[in-house]
Amino acid sequence: MILLQAAVGGLLLGAVYALFSSGLTLIWGMMNFINFAHGEFVMLGMYVALLVSWVNLGPEVFGPAAAVALMLLGVIVYMGLIKHVMRGPMLSQILSTFGLALLLRYSAFYIFKSDFRTLPDTALSGTLNFGGIYVSRAQLLAGLLAAVLALGMHVLLTRTALGSRLLAVAEDRNAAMLMGIHPDRMQALAWGLSAASAGIAGALMAIAYPFSPSVGETFALTAFVVVSLGGFGSVPGAMIAGFIIGLVEALAGYLIGPIYKDVIVYGLFVAVLWIRPQGLLGTGSESRS
Amino acid sequence: MRRGVLSAAVVGAALSVGPAWAADVKIGVVFPLSGNAANAGKSALDAVQLAADIINNPHSELSALPSVGPGGLSKLGGAKIQVISADHQGNPAEGQSQTLRLITQEKVAAMIGAYQSNVSFTATAVAERYGIPFVVGDSVAANITGRSFKWVFRTTPVASDFAANYMIFLNDMKKAGHKVDSIAVVNENTDYGTSVAGSVLEQAKSHGINVAAQIPYNANATDVSAQVLQLKDKKPDCVIFISYTADSILYMKTMKNLDYTPPMIIGDDSGFSDPTFIPSIGTIAQGVMNRSAWDVGKPGSVTATISKLFKAKTGHEMDDTSARDMQAMFVLADAINRAGSTEPAKIQAALNATNLKPEQLIMGYRGVKFDQTGQNTEAATYLIQLQGKDYVAVWPEKSATAKLQWPMKGWK
Repeated sequence: MILLQAAVGGLLLGAVYALFSSGLTLIWGMMNFINFAHGEFVMLGMYVALLVSWVNLGPEVFGPAAAVALMLLGVIVYMGLIKHVMRGPMLSQILSTFGLALLLRYSAFYIFKSDFRTLPDTALSGTLNFGGIYVSRAQLLAGLLAAVLALGMHVLLTRTALGSRLLAVAEDRNAAMLMGIHPDRMQALAWGLSAASAGIAGALMAIAYPFSPSVGETFALTAFVVVSLGGFGSVPGAMIAGFIIGLVEALAGYLIGPIYKDVIVYGLFVAVLWIRPQGLLGTGSESRS
Repeated sequence: MRRGVLSAAVVGAALSVGPAWAADVKIGVVFPLSGNAANAGKSALDAVQLAADIINNPHSELSALPSVGPGGLSKLGGAKIQVISADHQGNPAEGQSQTLRLITQEKVAAMIGAYQSNVSFTATAVAERYGIPFVVGDSVAANITGRSFKWVFRTTPVASDFAANYMIFLNDMKKAGHKVDSIAVVNENTDYGTSVAGSVLEQAKSHGINVAAQIPYNANATDVSAQVLQLKDKKPDCVIFISYTADSILYMKTMKNLDYTPPMIIGDDSGFSDPTFIPSIGTIAQGVMNRSAWDVGKPGSVTATISKLFKAKTGHEMDDTSARDMQAMFVLADAINRAGSTEPAKIQAALNATNLKPEQLIMGYRGVKFDQTGQNTEAATYLIQLQGKDYVAVWPEKSATAKLQWPMKGWK
């Protein structure tokens, strides 16, 4: 029974990992660009939820508010920073988002102070009991919503015209331009979607977890592991990997001991990449040298 | 060579600051006044300065404290204490060079510091080398004493003292008829958590208390259900948490989510004392216990008076760490007064002869008396319990301001 409890908790957390990781992998898939500030986007999503709770709005507003705010930020970051550094050497591309991460993190320290915050008790703070398995409402909502949104992201990319345009730009920027697609707009949109996914994930997690401005580091690391395990650039890969990491963390923590949790997770991660360097659903590195 | 120059300097200093002149006694104080721990460091410095103010000025209402009352150190012709502070930024190397500067350039008679254990570790080594007494008021790492140093004195209780207090408390509970068959220890897995957990396990063994589980974990964890499920499995009668802030809050929330409350939880300071702990989860963690060697006490008591003076000086409440540093200053001033001299060797001898009783202290220690390693053998702590919106002192019984609630209520 306790094993089942651990597994359910792990899967629900895994869904949230899947959501913010799919945002990170989207940017890589679109533009071969690694965003080191992704964890900070998650952190900002948490603080948006905090601000919303300060003006006495309920938890149903947390997610949408974080999505809108972060989408805006994502577009601004693309237009103001990424678009320009894309023309520069690889190293400045990498360092630019690293610098952005520090800027966002320490701005948050400046504005919100280093104190840990929790959201006030809301209608979402109860616990449900499914025949002996306890699931908090917040955890359940976060898990289910994250799973739906991550799936939604996949559908958007593969089944809609907008998705095709996004993928066209990813495939060949110049050819897409000849087809009348505006690559800048598509890439700005990708950044907006990516940041929004991180923001919603943050807002959902904020209901259950205490946070401070440095919380982004932890999530950034998780996101990188999920993305490389799933295969760089693959949204379904990130989703599957998110669930795997969440589940393995929970089961290893319970069965073997919490202190070995990270050893098992990263051990598995290294083992998978050893056998499949391109990740579970990756398309292989040959195609993008 | 350097020693020769220094002792000449010390003799020179001693000559020029002879007691007949009632010149100031300079005491060097190193704390982190910038960086991560700046808040704690500034508050500690305020407390040490307040202690000096109390000693320097007439305070008959506090004459229970040694060398307090008349204003100035009576055996040094009413000499005043002058605090000379320096900022070590939480950096061990900086702690070393600031201590060196205070000793060689400011010619301080003694030192107090340094908050972070690793800074105290290096700063005390400098004082040892130059033969200047160094009183450590707050750093708890075991390795600060026990290097056979002759000039380092530590007033604060250390991990093994806290751990022993927990076990004595649990045995008291057993005698009172509560079921305490086994405990569990949950600790974050860096230096702090691991070393304190080690002390707890050791003390549990020597006090005959069975440890059902030790659960180390990573304080950055985003999910602690696995740990809580293990506790639920083992059903200990008391869980001792050695945790930082985010994780201690997360544990309390997760326990509620998984419908689990042990009969008692003892938090080892840190996260459980963070100013955000009570506002965040106070309502769901009713009855959680914590430690503090500082307690405001009854109105009109020495501690209540000091608490009022501190609030008036700084605008915020006295906390455990600052109070422990303040205690260090009182102990040092008492030694200097008894020595009747600012000569380091005489202060050292007076410190070695220190024997203060509980009623002469502002802290909940059983007294102050140093063993040959320089550790205060009478160091102890109170246990406090979260009742309503505040922690109240509940153990030991003679210093309790409220009745202990066992089992804890949690969120119910």
